[in-house]
Amino acid sequence: MSALDVQDLSVRVGAKRLLDGVSFSVDQGETVAVIGPNGAGKSTLLRALSGEIAPSEGAVLLGGRAPQAWSPRELALRRAVLSQNITVTFPFTVLEIVRMGAGDRRGKASDAVAEAALAAVDLAGFHDRIIGTLSGGEQQRVHFARVMVQLACGEEAHGPGILMLDEPTASLDLRHQLDLVAVARQCAARGTTVIAIVHDLNLAALMADRIIVLGNGRLAADGTPSQTINDGTVSRVFGVSSAVGLMPQPGAPFVLPHRAERLRA
Amino acid sequence: MSDAVVSGPIARSTGLQPRALLAGPLLFPILLSVLLIVVIAAMAVGGAGIPLERIPAALGFADPVAMTERDRLVLLSVRLPRIAIAILIGAMLASSGAIMQGLFRNPLADPALVGVSSGGALAAASSIVIGDRMTGHTAPLPFAMLPIAAFGGSLVTTAILQRLASRGRTTSIAVFLLAGLAIAALAGAGIGLLVFIADDRALRDITFWMLGSLGGATWEKVSLIAPFLLAMLAAVPFIGRGLDLLVLGESEAFHMGIAVERLKRVAIVLIAAMTGAAVAFAGVVGFVGIVVPHLLRLVIGPGHRKLLPASAILGAILLLAADTAARTIAAPAEVPIGVLTALVGAPFFLVLLLRQRGLAGL
Repeated sequence: MSALDVQDLSVRVGAKRLLDGVSFSVDQGETVAVIGPNGAGKSTLLRALSGEIAPSEGAVLLGGRAPQAWSPRELALRRAVLSQNITVTFPFTVLEIVRMGAGDRRGKASDAVAEAALAAVDLAGFHDRIIGTLSGGEQQRVHFARVMVQLACGEEAHGPGILMLDEPTASLDLRHQLDLVAVARQCAARGTTVIAIVHDLNLAALMADRIIVLGNGRLAADGTPSQTINDGTVSRVFGVSSAVGLMPQPGAPFVLPHRAERLRA
Repeated sequence: MSDAVVSGPIARSTGLQPRALLAGPLLFPILLSVLLIVVIAAMAVGGAGIPLERIPAALGFADPVAMTERDRLVLLSVRLPRIAIAILIGAMLASSGAIMQGLFRNPLADPALVGVSSGGALAAASSIVIGDRMTGHTAPLPFAMLPIAAFGGSLVTTAILQRLASRGRTTSIAVFLLAGLAIAALAGAGIGLLVFIADDRALRDITFWMLGSLGGATWEKVSLIAPFLLAMLAAVPFIGRGLDLLVLGESEAFHMGIAVERLKRVAIVLIAAMTGAAVAFAGVVGFVGIVVPHLLRLVIGPGHRKLLPASAILGAILLLAADTAARTIAAPAEVPIGVLTALVGAPFFLVLLLRQRGLAGL
């Protein structure tokens, strides 16, 4: 059974169609990057997949059921979401935030799980720091560690789940971007399904087995990095002329944009 | 990030906040001991002073020979109910502040500041005027009417405020404070209107009540208010964790498995119930709800499962101390308790506001 099924999904807000007839399914353990220009519907797609918004038409099936059919607590054991720009108003420590990944269950995440997650994001030794005193990129990594704890709790209960990432590398430096890609790939190797919105096409190609390209709320392309990232797609969806080549290692495509074009509808 | 531990920046010492000894298992014993000391002091001082050594006897714990009937009467029917009321109201003001700050992710939220108390006060004042008309100036008004009206008023105000300040899944701090200001002004105008149309008897009742004295406490009133606080304390295990997660945002709380809408409803009802009960008895008493949780967060951190009960105890300590001061510094006259808390709390709030200026929306 696929981990995630999206059937003819449309999301409307008022008269505006944010997503229009999107269909795809994702297998357990697959790593999928979602790319597309601003306003293509990427975040809306992630919100629909995570159960935050209900489809206007069509369906999202997560483990065979609509996300809304699970209780929030059950849903949290099956998918974890890392959003962008989270601000924490109160002086929680890094360790407290990371432990929140265990949700409201009485048995808190064990110290070992939390420590391992912190080490995985290169923040070992930060536990007692107040989160507000960290840099933006460090805070983002703390939240990534929190999501890893949530995944670990879910895995204990129901086996590997789904990791949903909304531009996880936006505020990270180069090194930590690559580190995050490595951690996501490790999760996938253990059976976790990873779906990530990624802005950087090169990073998407490096990270994912499969790339879904959204344009204007519709599915513009869906396939392996070399099938989806090419002159044609980049020009058609992003309106940019580019040179596409292959990285010597590991053989993923890379894009060098050089000129904006008029977008073809 | 797997093999990059060595390159990670070493934890800087800045930003490390020692959650001292107090945050550990000693927290509640220490708070409760302080409360006990304040209670004993409050029993001893007042218009009819009772020396400390006569207190055990008056309470019936020691040799009754030393006991005077006057001590016993003063303690049991005047001073102790008043102490109990101060404890209950202080606890409710502080914990409703803490819940509200968690709910709105805003350390500056306080039921008195953003009009929730005023909404309760308007409803209570209306009930005095209307009740007075209905009873035809004959029977005394039933006391139970005030808390019910105040609770309804607070509930409606909190719900309106939540509607106004929330858009989608975000709450604007600026809109929240400004809307609260407008609601407080509107409720104030409403109360003014009621004072204008009230007859002499109702006017006296309103004025008396709005001054917010804890005088006139009885055991009956204590028993009427206590359930509100008990309800909050009973709810702590269920809402504490949810309020923690809510601090990251409504979406994040939902992602981590919290039934956000239900949590918000429970929190709003608790805020309204406690604010309403406090307003019904003590009028609008401000700032306890801001000062207490803020001080505690500095010492024990922001986790709500500890913060809520600790706020209740520290709120009780502060309001009991304030009330004891209010009835002694100008004895035999009494300084209105709301005046006293504002004198201390308002400057504190200003300092807090200046320190929070960097936060979004302010």
